[in-house]
Amino acid sequence: MRKTLYLLFAMFLVTAFMFSLNACKPEKKTIIKIGINAPMTGDIPKVGEATKFTAKMWLEDINKAGGLEVGGKKYPVELILEDNETKAESAVKANTKMITQDDVLIIIGPQSSKQAIPAGDVANNYKTPMITPWSTNPAATKDRPFVFRGCFLDPFQGPVLADFITQEFGFTKAAVLYDVASDYPKGLAEFFKQAWEKTHGQGSVVAYESFTTKDTDFSSQLTKITQSDAQVLFTPQYYNEVALIVKQAKELGWTNPIVGSDSWDSAETVTLCGEACYGKFFSTHYAAAGAKGATKAFIDRYTKLHGYVPDAVAALTWDSILLAQKAIQDTGKLTGKIKEDRQAVRNALANIEDFQGITGNITFTEQGDPNKCAVIVQISDKGEYEFYKSICPEK
Amino acid sequence: MDYFFQNLINALQWGSFYAVISIGYSMVYGVLMLFNFAHGDIFMVGTYIGFGIATLLLALFSAIMPGWLIFIFTVVITMFLASFVGVFVEIVGYRPLRKAPRASAAITGLMIGIIFETGNLILLGAQRLSFPPLIKSISYNFKGIYFTNVKIMIVVISLLLMLLLHTFIQKTKWGMAMRAMSYDFLAVPLMGVSINVIAPLTFALGAGLASVAGILYGQAYPVLDPYMGVLLGWKAFVAAILGGRGSIMGAALAGYMLGFIEIFVAMVFPSTFRDLIAYSIILIILTFRPRGFFGMAHSTSLRL
Repeated sequence: MRKTLYLLFAMFLVTAFMFSLNACKPEKKTIIKIGINAPMTGDIPKVGEATKFTAKMWLEDINKAGGLEVGGKKYPVELILEDNETKAESAVKANTKMITQDDVLIIIGPQSSKQAIPAGDVANNYKTPMITPWSTNPAATKDRPFVFRGCFLDPFQGPVLADFITQEFGFTKAAVLYDVASDYPKGLAEFFKQAWEKTHGQGSVVAYESFTTKDTDFSSQLTKITQSDAQVLFTPQYYNEVALIVKQAKELGWTNPIVGSDSWDSAETVTLCGEACYGKFFSTHYAAAGAKGATKAFIDRYTKLHGYVPDAVAALTWDSILLAQKAIQDTGKLTGKIKEDRQAVRNALANIEDFQGITGNITFTEQGDPNKCAVIVQISDKGEYEFYKSICPEK
Repeated sequence: MDYFFQNLINALQWGSFYAVISIGYSMVYGVLMLFNFAHGDIFMVGTYIGFGIATLLLALFSAIMPGWLIFIFTVVITMFLASFVGVFVEIVGYRPLRKAPRASAAITGLMIGIIFETGNLILLGAQRLSFPPLIKSISYNFKGIYFTNVKIMIVVISLLLMLLLHTFIQKTKWGMAMRAMSYDFLAVPLMGVSINVIAPLTFALGAGLASVAGILYGQAYPVLDPYMGVLLGWKAFVAAILGGRGSIMGAALAGYMLGFIEIFVAMVFPSTFRDLIAYSIILIILTFRPRGFFGMAHSTSLRL
């Protein structure tokens, strides 16, 4: 008994000592800390990888320039990367840690809506600016003055896809298969259904089927869909599920088109899905094939460094991080008092106008959402994402 | 009508995985009276071993060997290697705790599972792997019912494995020793049958079965990740309980039944409610038959 007590006491001392070491770090000059909240493990690790690679590329540029210049003074920059494991609760934990312990000035991420919605709440409560590059669900930024995003919204994407299918194929009956336990697919499925039924009337979505995260067998849902008179299947899922859905649909005799959304836009989709996905359409934020100017420069650099063409997540992260940089620079000067600086960065971010990003121009609305165009992409026979059509919001 | 038969085929394939995996739970319970909660993750490790062997064989021999031959070699080599994983789990995880309270041993299984998952995460990274198709999938359309040769293969191989296991346990000396051990694992060692031989053997058999299930799973659902065994393991565990603890036939039947319930619930009701309704049904069954289909009151014996 006594031995155990001694052991516990010793462990306590060691931990306390380690903490005190941490706390005693001298904080002399201001370091700009930028938090990255990314899914490094879990369901969509490829997305986390793209986020990390892009952030590292940006940091390289900054370090080459000798730091980030704000108001004529150069500050060193540090990136704090936290893994949210593709889980909502871990994303919240990561944000809380970065805000309260690491004193980050601004947070980039999380990427998918399931994490961005709860994590955005934390950032807003702590009055820390956050930009989610890829989350398209409206709830992520809604009524949160400190949360911004780098992409379009699902209430825009849903109708874009519904209109595209109607115009391109002339179909009137659609089926939807989505993950009911994840905010993004669930939200987008609903927006798509609304838009489709608005054009084609009530009941024109003839099969509206769902599953839950981690399911791998969709045979009963897909059987329902193939037996209905649906002409097209819309599935707003992430790359790991896309591969399984497309394969199983084919085996169950589904020969009609399958259309996806911006969650398909990962470098991994074609790797996992293979030839079964060739010829499929999906909506996204930018098309890598045939890009020009700054976009092309980014794509070439990324491809050279990492051996594959950057997906939309990478491009949006790049834009978001440059937005953060611009906002920090626009503040004019950093006081070193983290709370004031965060407020200043937030105000500067809200005032940004016509920022020239590689995925389009960005001006934030009241809600912190940019008004951007969507791109329809077709997966070519070589597995490349080819530009097919661009659809812009009405001004 | 073809709607019904289509789902029947779907359910047969899906149930096969539950059946083969739940047998692993039941067998270990029969011999040691504890559930090996690492079994779902042993299945995952088996799948990854299968992936490695398949990739290796494809790289070396795809020019001279047809796909089905590579498939057979993959199955045999993977079973052999995976059985060592089972033995390893028994020796490292369960043997030191054989006299410990049951709950401690059950917790061990959970921890070994987590070690396997995170170990895999560190070793291979978090990205998904795509299991190479070993047998070219051919789709058949029989009066509006679609099935593939892979689906038939999965069901046939699963049934064959269960038959083999049945024969092994009923007809061989080793099988007899296992059955004896399940009657009384305190008295049987006094007759010269060592628990330290029978327990690893049981784990090896379970792991071997799970690894074949893994290869078949890779053919049907070719996206692998380190956590793939968790949910499947849980549900197979439900099947093992439903079948009656320690009953192999019961586990197999309950595995298929679970597959059928899941698929047909999604067929009749909105798919959002699939697991809610499916597992409520199972809860009701267990309320009326608390020992499962083939479980008996005071016996833990390994029955077939």
